[in-house]
Order: sequence, then structure tokens, then C-alpha cells
Amino acid sequence: MNNIQKNRLKDQLFKVWGIGCTLFALILLVFFIGDILIDGIMRIDWGFIINLPSRKPEKAGIYTALMGSICILFLTTIIAFPIGVAAGIYLEEYSKKNRLSAILEINISNLAGVPSIIYGLLGLEVFVRIMGLGASVLAGSLTLSLLILPIIIVATREAIKAVPKSIKDASYALGASKWQTIWNQVLPASSGGILTGVILALSRAVGETAPLIVVGALAYVPFAPESPMDEFSVLPIQIFNWISRPQHGFIENAAAAIIILLLITFVMNGVAVYFRNKWQKKLK
Amino acid sequence: MRKIKELVIEKSLLSSALITIAVTIGIVLVLAIEAFHFFSEVSILAFLTDTQWTPLFTNKHYGILPLLSGTLLTSFIAISVALPIGLSISIYLSEYAPKSFRKTVKPLLELLAAVPTVVYGFFALIVVTPFLQQIIPGLSGFNSLSAGFVMGIMIIPYISSISEDALHAVPNALREASFGMGATKLQTAFKVVVPAASSGIIVSIILAISRAIGETMIVAIAAGQQPRLTLDPTVPVETITAYIVQVSLGDVEHGSVEYRTIFAAGITLFVLTFLLNTLSYRIRKKYQERYE
Repeated sequence: MNNIQKNRLKDQLFKVWGIGCTLFALILLVFFIGDILIDGIMRIDWGFIINLPSRKPEKAGIYTALMGSICILFLTTIIAFPIGVAAGIYLEEYSKKNRLSAILEINISNLAGVPSIIYGLLGLEVFVRIMGLGASVLAGSLTLSLLILPIIIVATREAIKAVPKSIKDASYALGASKWQTIWNQVLPASSGGILTGVILALSRAVGETAPLIVVGALAYVPFAPESPMDEFSVLPIQIFNWISRPQHGFIENAAAAIIILLLITFVMNGVAVYFRNKWQKKLK
Repeated sequence: MRKIKELVIEKSLLSSALITIAVTIGIVLVLAIEAFHFFSEVSILAFLTDTQWTPLFTNKHYGILPLLSGTLLTSFIAISVALPIGLSISIYLSEYAPKSFRKTVKPLLELLAAVPTVVYGFFALIVVTPFLQQIIPGLSGFNSLSAGFVMGIMIIPYISSISEDALHAVPNALREASFGMGATKLQTAFKVVVPAASSGIIVSIILAISRAIGETMIVAIAAGQQPRLTLDPTVPVETITAYIVQVSLGDVEHGSVEYRTIFAAGITLFVLTFLLNTLSYRIRKKYQERYE
């Protein structure tokens, strides 16, 4: 075999290896999801959704955890959405190239890389202790809001950046002020991108476990939260709690709860991708 | 009137942006103050050199090394899995795969990073560990091997996606010149494209390492809660993050030394990831300038 043939062979071998690696990762994903489905699908019925937690695996349900997750998601959206979008608008439209903007930029990029459990420590000290909120839904939501803030800011900036300059110029030419231009032209034109980013950020929040454990969310809560000051549990913490128990029934419960959690996460991701595609077509 | 309104809006937008700075200051202050109290009771030297971490026992030792070794061991295993696979995927997708294949596969791979980590913890403990126990008979029920392996799968998209973006951004002229010299795709990929995209690839690897070090639920579920200074991947260990979870689940009195250990552990974790993130930010900035 001469050199040329050898090189061609290596080339083909790498191609096979590359396909192999890609398939390996994808097949593992399918295998994991398939395994979870087999373990848990039979356990899901209406009772599993609406039952309260119990010491007996066959009677236990996810109602309080699911309600906790929904409350947390709702409050987190209310807190993080306006702040994140406002900060994104400022950085993209107002901020001049100076020291402050450089610091803001480095800082946001750094915050995006801070491990989520560190946000938990921040929330524990500031929201739970100093502000005296206790291990409440509000304290948990504030903590998660800070966690997803960098994601929303970055997404908002990207979306605003994609708006063609001609739209803005036309608005200014008609005598609109800066804010009128942003509010009436830039934001509507970038709303699809912003929405995508916010939904992806929220899907991250719904799967977060560690920061909420640190803040003091409980594994066992007898009632669904009714006010922002109530104690709470969330779906991932319920799953974590069931995984840590020895009885086999709880493993089945964990798998069933994971199916619900994955369903929520994947639907949110799907919706986000749908909005992004629709928005990108519109921009063009 | 209009000017005042515009100014008020600008300032309120600015204050939203400044919240991000307040968050960083908050994190640093909270960790520093609690760690300061901790180090007034435990010497820094003991913290850094003691080989035992037993704050919850009667015979208390406060050496961070066992937690650090647990963290680095699981992260190392994760990177050993994710780096070769992630990099191969990125080169294959960017240099070999048809465009349509690339377009469908990339978002699917990114789903791997969207799966909540508690779910990966379940896989590691319930699926991967029993499977590995058939191959390695002495494998403990909690171990860093399966936790690290599953964590590696989770961070594949961090490496494959960001590296692929970097490889894809390399100008086609470079490839054509290489093909013109008679090089194969493989030779072009490794001798021309990968070196040209190296900074982007390095950034992706650093981000993946930082993600692995800060990962919590997989290791808390599958790697165990026994801090020990070891490189043996088959025995239970404890990572910094898993320790924080362990203490948070228990009843530890606010203001006690035990309570403060989680902040001392936290600041160690924060410093580690901060260094890695800053490094990746620097490299990214430099690389952007070179291409624009």
C-alpha cells in the first residue's frame, strides 16, 4: 500500500469514527430515555399526578412538587423576565464603549459560568437569612431568577443585534425618540428571539435542583404552596429524594416523575426552537 | 418633558444592568464573610494541607484536599469521556457531514445538555453503575467512575457545539489551499482547520471543565458522600458540591462552624471556576479580535 492509499484509508477510517461518535452520543440519549420510559411509564396515572407525598411508594404522588415547580416557574418569570430584558436593552442600545460597559460584559459572562450551587449559597444568606424570607417559594424564585438572568440578558442582546439597522433609521427619520424606537420597533422585531431565550432559561430553571436544596426547599411538603411565603418542594427535589430511598417502589416513582420532568423540559425546548425558526424566517 | 422621560427610562434600564454587578458583589461578599469567620476558627494551613475532611464527626478535621480530589477526579473522568468524543463529533460535523445531517444532529446533541442533571444522576446510579459492576466486580455502589462517565456524556455538547462553531468559522480558502496541495480531508482537518480554530476549541474545553467542576446532582447521587483522598475511581468519594448538598439536607445550626464549612467549600469552588471562566473569556476576546 502506498502513501496515497494509506492516507485515503485513514481518511475513511476517521469518517467512520466520527459517525460512530455522533451515533454513540445520540443512541445513549435514546437508550437513557427508553430505559426511563420502561421503568416509569406504567406508574403514571391520574392518581400519581394528584396524590400527596406518602411513605408508601404506591400511594405517593407528585402533586405538591409539581405545584411547587409551577409556582417557582411563575414567580421566576415575573422577576427575571423584566430585569433581564431591561438589562439586555441597556447593554445593546444605550451603553457606550467605556469602562462600565466592559466591566458589565465581563461580569455577565462570568456570572453565566458560576456553578448553580453557588447561587444557592447566595440565596441562603441574602434571601433566606438577611431578608428573612425563610425557605419560601419567594426565596427560591429570587435565587433562580439571579441564576437565569445572564442567559436572558445574552439572548436579549443577540435578538436585538439581529434587528436590521434600517428599521431603526426609519423610525428616527420620522422623529421618534430613542425609547419610542425601541418600544415600537426594536422590541416587536426582536420579540421572537427574546422569547426563545426566556423559554430556554426557564427550562433550565425548572430542572435546577442544587440551589433550591441549599436554599432549604423540602423533600416532603404536605400541601401545595398557596402564597409566595409558603414552604415548597419542586419536581427535581422530589425525584432526588425518591432516588435516595432503598425501596424499589420509589425508584419506579422516580422514573415516572422523571418522565413528567423531561416532558416539561422537552416541550419548553421544542416551543423555544419553534419560536426561533418562525422569528428567523420573519427577519429575513 | 420628553427628555426627562427618556432619561428616566435610560436610568432604570441601567439599574437593571447594574443588578448583575450587585449579584457578583453579593456572591463574593457572602462567601468571603462566612469564609472569614470560618478561617478565624480553622487555620488556612490546616484547611489546605490536612488530608481529612470530617466536620460532621466528633473528631473534626477540616482539610479540603479530599473534597478537592473528589471534584478533580470526577471532572477528569468526565473530560476523558467528553473530549475525544466531543472533538471527533465536531470535526466530523464540520468537515465531513452533509449540511442537512449537521443541521438535524446539532440540536439533538444539545438536548443532552438540556436534560436536568438529577435525571443523569438517576442514570448513573440505577443504570450505569449496575452495568459497570458486571465488568468490574469490585466496583462500589457509589463511585466516581459512573458519575464521571455520565457527567462526560452530559458535557459532550459543550465541547462539540462550541468547537464545531469555531471549526465552521475557519475560512474555506484555507481548506481549498490544503486540498489543492493534495491533502485528504483528514490531513486538512488536523493540520489546517483544527490549528486555525484552536482558541475556540480550547475555550470549549475550559468551559466543559468548569461545568464539570461545578456539577452537583450527578455526583451527589452517584459518587457517594465519603470524602477521601484517592485516585481510585471504583470507591465512593465526595465532591465539594456534593458536600454542600449533604450539609444543606441535614439540620446544621446557622452560625456554627459546620454551617460555615459549606461557605469555605463554596469559595474554593468559586475561585476554581472563576479562574477557568476568566481564562476562557480572555482567550475568546483575543480570538474575536483576530478574526474581525
